[in-house]
Parts: sequence; structure tokens; C-alpha cells
Amino acid sequence: MTHIVVDPVTRIEGHLRVEAEVDGGAVTQAWSSSTMFRGIELILRGRDPRDAWAFAQRICGVCTTVHAIASIRAVEKAIGAVPPPNARLLRNLIMAAQVVQDHVVHFYHLHALDWVDIVSALSGDPAKTSALAQSISDWPLSSAAYFSGVRDRIKAFVERGQLGPFANAYWGHPAYKLPPEANLMAVAHYLEALDWQRRFIKIHAILGGKNPHLQSFLVGGMATPVDPDSQNSLNMDTIAALNKLVAEGVDFVSRVYIPDVLAVASFYKDWASIGAGIGNYMSYGEYPLDDSPNPPLFLPAGVIHGRDLTKIAMVDQTKVSEWVSHSWYNYSVGDDKGLNPFQGETSPNYTGPAPPYERLNVEQKYSWLKSPRYDGEAMEVGPLARMLIAYSTGRPARVKELVDKTLSSLGVGPAALFSTLGRIAARAIEAQVVVESMNLWVQGLADNMGRRDYRIQDTSKWDPGSWPNDCLGAGFHEAPRGSLGHWVHINNGAIANYQCVVPSTWNAGPRDAQGHPGPYEASLVGTPVAKPDQPLEILRTLHSFDPCMACGVHVVDAMKRELARIRVM
Amino acid sequence: MLGLSLKQELEQRGISRRDFLGFCASMAAVLGLPDTATNAIAAAVESEQKPILIWLEFQDCAGNTESFLRATHPTVADLILDMISLNYHETIMAAAGNQAEEALAQTVRDNAGKYIVLVEGSIPTGANGAYCTIGGKSALQIARDVCGGAAATIAVGTCAAFGGIPAAGPNPTGALSVADAVPGLKNLINMSACPANAENITALIVYYLTLKRWPPLDRYRRPLFAYGKTIHDNCERRAHFDAGQYVESWGDEAHRQGHCLYKMGCKGPATSQNCPVVKWNEGTNWPIGCGHPCIGCAEPNFWDTMTPFYQRLPDVVGFNVGKWIDPVGLSLTGLVAAAVVAHGVGQAVRHHHAEKSPSDGGGSEEKK
Repeated sequence: MTHIVVDPVTRIEGHLRVEAEVDGGAVTQAWSSSTMFRGIELILRGRDPRDAWAFAQRICGVCTTVHAIASIRAVEKAIGAVPPPNARLLRNLIMAAQVVQDHVVHFYHLHALDWVDIVSALSGDPAKTSALAQSISDWPLSSAAYFSGVRDRIKAFVERGQLGPFANAYWGHPAYKLPPEANLMAVAHYLEALDWQRRFIKIHAILGGKNPHLQSFLVGGMATPVDPDSQNSLNMDTIAALNKLVAEGVDFVSRVYIPDVLAVASFYKDWASIGAGIGNYMSYGEYPLDDSPNPPLFLPAGVIHGRDLTKIAMVDQTKVSEWVSHSWYNYSVGDDKGLNPFQGETSPNYTGPAPPYERLNVEQKYSWLKSPRYDGEAMEVGPLARMLIAYSTGRPARVKELVDKTLSSLGVGPAALFSTLGRIAARAIEAQVVVESMNLWVQGLADNMGRRDYRIQDTSKWDPGSWPNDCLGAGFHEAPRGSLGHWVHINNGAIANYQCVVPSTWNAGPRDAQGHPGPYEASLVGTPVAKPDQPLEILRTLHSFDPCMACGVHVVDAMKRELARIRVM
Repeated sequence: MLGLSLKQELEQRGISRRDFLGFCASMAAVLGLPDTATNAIAAAVESEQKPILIWLEFQDCAGNTESFLRATHPTVADLILDMISLNYHETIMAAAGNQAEEALAQTVRDNAGKYIVLVEGSIPTGANGAYCTIGGKSALQIARDVCGGAAATIAVGTCAAFGGIPAAGPNPTGALSVADAVPGLKNLINMSACPANAENITALIVYYLTLKRWPPLDRYRRPLFAYGKTIHDNCERRAHFDAGQYVESWGDEAHRQGHCLYKMGCKGPATSQNCPVVKWNEGTNWPIGCGHPCIGCAEPNFWDTMTPFYQRLPDVVGFNVGKWIDPVGLSLTGLVAAAVVAHGVGQAVRHHHAEKSPSDGGGSEEKK
């Protein structure tokens, strides 16, 4: 038996450590540990709830919109503010752009190097690469001359001997299966995607002033004025710019990202039966389609138990609990109990080894993440959960269509979705469905301008004097990496308590009091490891979740008072 | 470990001379240099060998990393990124675990005194360093080991520069800036803002390659080319401020017509940054341009001194372009600042920037 430590897990956001035991060429047990803590909820206490979004937003600079969205939703629910239609549409566009950009960057810049051997690309034949590219897509950058140019650039780079961020990696590892031409095509698209993401994210600059850390959020609405007759507001010029960027997004996702995922997956079909893990999936649902109090959602909410796609349960937030049995915190009620976030406590108490250390004591506490559970069970959240729920419910129909098309193209059945490869495919399908939907919301914005509806914010609830003295609200959001919830308690115009339960806590959390593993830990069991000193396969399954560790840790604080009022969107 | 010059690199990558000079001209603009500097920049960059960079992430959100990935002039800026040998950057690098740590150790060992370190995120001192560990080592130990042997250290973003959000009250983890965590570093430069603007990071590197020295700094160790004037001084809405035309309510006529956001809490008068000039995401927009007040993110302790964000600043000087209002006068806890503003007795202290050489050493005297 070999004990493996991977720390740092790179090509993620934040600081993640994994320890694993390998026996007979496969992982038998794994432990996931987050090794960074900031305490942003503690910092939020006593502050103006209208400022909370900016603080919470800094939980993560990669998914740079998600905590701002969850925060303003939570505060709005607490104080009773109702954002006008323009704000809903602007938020939908901002959330959608985040998901699409994030998924593309994840595939090409964070995940691809687990599957693509850059050094092998050097021996790719440009003419054959061109033929391969043209056989999977009509994307215009596909000539032999183009791929020859890319190969020459890589060659010069490698021959210089300064490999920079590509040094000391796993090139030549036996788990790499792509032929040189597929590697060369993927490297070309790695570079193209780097340019594309920079352009596409201008949607955020237009609607949020800048990216990362957009600055147009407001409790009760958005700060971006709408007026087709002003050069200082969102106007028809904006609509045209958004249409162009969305069209480029649709183009890149459908003609580069999706074909590349299918092409790479076709060489790694064994990964359609590796890395399934927990088998429970959850989504809060996202993209409100109208302005009613309980709007229909473009991607539906639901819970799947034990991979049973025939039964989708409703989500009930009162069934959410968090555990600290293996986390560096104490509970006043005892560390063997779970607490609903409304009753949650956080008192950090590091009991791990003093740094520098070689090994964590995984029998005791070993992570800064808590262990969230739904009805006592671990849940996987993220694109796969959302696509499975959409696939099962048939809403939107486009998801079922794309999932079936993907499965048939790879010649596999629906069971293949429960896997490392399933997560990668679901992420690409979601990017396509979401980027296509953006047209709808751009059009909605134009329609509102046509109706002379320029409202962007609920001005009646801006003054704290208009708020209840004691109120409480929860805001939910489906972030790129999964289900996100913020809970806020406001007393006398200030934040009395604030807490978040976020996607990477659901997925990356440690074992609970019963010793049941979290999704990362469960999914690694059975993962093959050809060379324990080069744990490439472990990275494949971990990266398929798109870890975002700074999001995962930022813990909760005790809700010491009885709830005055709870509103859940 | 010196590689090809940029000139050779450009030729190999098929970048035209014209594109390259266009890039150099834009760099001259960011640096505030005259047009005639374009050729000097081109000559300097072309002959320069590839410097080695290490990018460390501690108590961070990767926002500065993401910002860096959005640098403009894609093709040529990409090339500039390639021209720098980025030997360690957790978010980007292919290697993980031991292989990643070996890459770092080898770079530090083989290039002692020659590499440049960029640090993103604050450094926690509580719990004996256990609030942030990488490869089992504390952030503090890594910062001492790596920054201590660097030719220069660039603190990217407000967390590394000034402690940022982890250090906001009550600072649960004992988070410090690089300057405070590792006192006495030579050539320490703070590129604050949340996140730092990619154009300013790139411009700093080009400045160094071109002029063979680091730029003059303000009293917070920030380059004057990016932090030498306030947002207010260069704001496109300044005329509305001077004319007394203010937004009073979100979405009102004044808001839709781009009037001044001072009454909505804008911190532009107390914030030194070149946002109005350089803007963000290839010059597409900036926060005030999209209708939201500046939150002062480039200033020390802004999470405490500039909040509540929607409370107006006291006593902003009008009709006085070029007068700096130093936020040190507002260096109070958030609650005290709020009380001061509420009672209308706040006095923003006007303070002229003192130039500082980056080799003076960084220490806690930089912060009040």
C-alpha cells in the first residue's frame, strides 16, 4: 500500500490537499483537505447589509459574480426589496456569462492538461491535424498552415528549455492516450480559448464595469442605468454589443468547445465508468424567467438520490445541515452533531499538525471545510447535477436533446453520465444551453426599453429606515460549480449574522460523524493510478469537479437569536 | 537560464513589427510617457532577456490571477506573458504536488537574487500559520523563503499590498500584508486594487524592462504612473461634480445622464488609481462608467475606512484638480468612520504624495 499526498493540487482556485491510499494500482481511500481560512463571515458582522455583496464577492475572484448574487438575494429577502424586471434580466445575463466563460476556461486552461500531452503535440502532423479538425467542426481556423504555425510556436518554446508553467509535469505519462494530432489541435484551442475568454468577458465589463469583481450590484436591483436615449446608459449600442458577444460565445462553444470535448472523450471512454462517487445530486435551480414571487426557473431545482433519475425530489432548505466532526471547528452541542445553517455555529479551532507537516491525521479533524449534508446524505452539486435534473424533468428540452446527442455520439448509455467524463460532458452541454439562452435576456432588455421601463432598482427599500428592525433571509444561486446559499440575519440595520454554504464545501468536504466521505473523497475510490509518484489520474477526477477552494471555506457563524422572519426564494 | 530575446520571439511567432509598435505605444500611454518613448520601449523590450517570475498565492481569491489573464492586446500581451518565464503559478501550472514544489525550489535555488516574485493574497500569522498552508508549509515560511531571495517582490492586489479583506476588522486570522509579514524586503512594490488592473501589472514589467529600474513610488509603495492621481482628478463625470449635478436615486434622470455619484457614496476623491484613464477589460468600461460609485479598493484598509460604501465622503475638495485627499485621514474603524460621516464633522486630511524609491525597504511604517 502506498500513501500519496498531492499538495498543492494545482489548476484550481485556492488551496486543496488530497491524501490517498493506493493498493493494487487503484485508490482505496482518499481524504480531501482545504488548507486556507479567512473568516469572511466574521468580518461581515456589524456591517451595512447593502455592502455585504462586495465583501462576499471577494470570497472568490474566479466565480467573481456568484457570492454577490447570493448576497443581494439574501438581503432582499430579508428586507422585502423586489428587484424590477431590468435587474432580473441584467443578473441573468451576468450569471450566464459567468457560467459560460468559467466552463470554457475550466476545460481548456484548468483541466485539459490532464488529458492533453503538450510534448506529444510536437510530433503532430499539421495536415492530419487539419483533417481531424475539419472532420469534427466547421470552425475556420483549421488549415494545415495554421496548425503548422502553432506547432512551430510550441517547438520554439520547448526547445528553449524554459518551460515555465509547463515544466516538471507528467508529459509522456502512460495514461495520456490522445494521438499527436489531437494533442496539437487541443493545444491550438488552448491558446484560442485564452483569447476568446478575454473577449467574451467584456459582457461583464459592459454590465458590471469590470471583471474580475464586477461593481454594478445593488441590494434591490442593479446600478447600471437603462435608457435608449442616453449615451451614459445601457442603450441600443449596448444591445448590439451584447448580441455580438453572445453570438461569438455561441459560435465558440458549439464549434470549438463541444467538438473538442467529444473528440477528447472518444479516446478516454474508460473514464465514463470511473469517478462516479456519491450518486446523490442537488440543484437549487437558476435563471428566473419572470418577475413573480416564485418564478419558473430556466434550469429546474431538484434532488436525485442513488442515481435514480426517475424520481426528482423537491429541495427543502431545512434539510441542509453541516458537520464538523472532521473539520477544524467546535460545536457547542458537540462535534458529533449536525446543525442546520440557521442554527449553525463556527468557532475555528485548529488541531492539526504544526506546519511544516508531512501528514494530516485523517482519523481526527483534517480540513477547514465543513461537511454539508442534505437529509443526512452527501450531495454532489454542479453542472452534472443540474444537467441530470434537467434531463430527467425534460426542462429545458434542449438539455435532453444535447445529452442524448452526446451519448449517442460516444456510443454510451445514460449510466456513463455518472462519472469523471460525465462531469466534463455535462459542463460543456450546460455552457451551450446557457449561452444560447442569453439571446432571450438581451431581447428582454431591449423589449423593456421599448416599453420605456427604465427601472433598475427598488428605491423604496434603499433607506434602512424602511426595513424591519429584525429580519432574516436566505438567497440561493446555482453557481458554475453548484449550489450556493447565503443566510443573513439583520438587526437594527446591521448584519447580526452571515453564513454561506457553497458548492465546493458540498463537493470537497471531509467525512461526517458517521465516517461517510464527501463527493471528492468517494469519487477517487477506484481511480487507477499507474505511477504513484505521478498522480495524473487523481488530478483527472478532482479537476472534473472544478475545485474552487476559497469558496469552500468561509465559514459560518452562530445564529444566536430566534428567527424573526425567514424568507427563502 | 536566459532565453531568446523578444525580437527573436516576435519573429518566430509571426507578430508584425507594426502590431508590436502598436503595443509599445499603448504601453507608453499607460506609463504616461510621450509618444516619442514608443521606439525606446520597443528597443528595450526587444533586447531584453526573459526574466523569471514566481507567482505565489496565499489568502487569496485568485482575482488578480484572473485579472492578469485578461491583459489586453491579446496576441502581443500573450507574448509578453510568454516572454516571462512563469516558473510557478498554482492556478496555471501543469505540475501538481511534489512536482510543483520541486519546480519552485529549483527556481529559487538556481536563480537566487535574480527572479521576481509576485504575491497574491495576505499572509496569516494566527494559529502558528495553519490558516494557510501549501505543501504542509505555512504561507509565512514560504513568503520568507521565496521573497527573501528575490530581486524584487510585487504585491499584487490589496490583500498582498495592505492585508485586504482578510485583515478587515476583526481580522480573524491575523492576516498581514507582505510588507508587514516579511519586513525589510528590497524592491517591494505594491500594486493595490481589488483586483489589480492587468494593464498596470503589465506596464510595471515593461517599465522595468525598458528603463532598467523600478518606478518611483508613492508613500504606500505604489508606482506613480498608476497611482499618482485620484480617480476624482481624471473622472469623466468631474464636470458634473463641479457643476453640482448629482445622482440622487438609482435610475433617476441624473443617473441615466451620467451625473456625479458623489452623493451615492463615491470614494473617487479619496482613491488613487488610473481607472478612468486605463479602464478595464481592453478599455471597455469601469465601475463609475457603469453607474456605480468607486469603493476605494486601491487604498489601505478600505474595507474599514471606506465603508459604508454608500455613505458620502465628508468635505470633498471641489474645483481643485491635482489636490490629493489622502485616505489616511479616514483611517478609522468602519463604525467610527460612519459616525464621523453621520455627524458631518469628518475632516479629510489633504496630503501630498511623497516620492519613495522602491529600494528603501518595506515595513510597517508604511501603514498607519
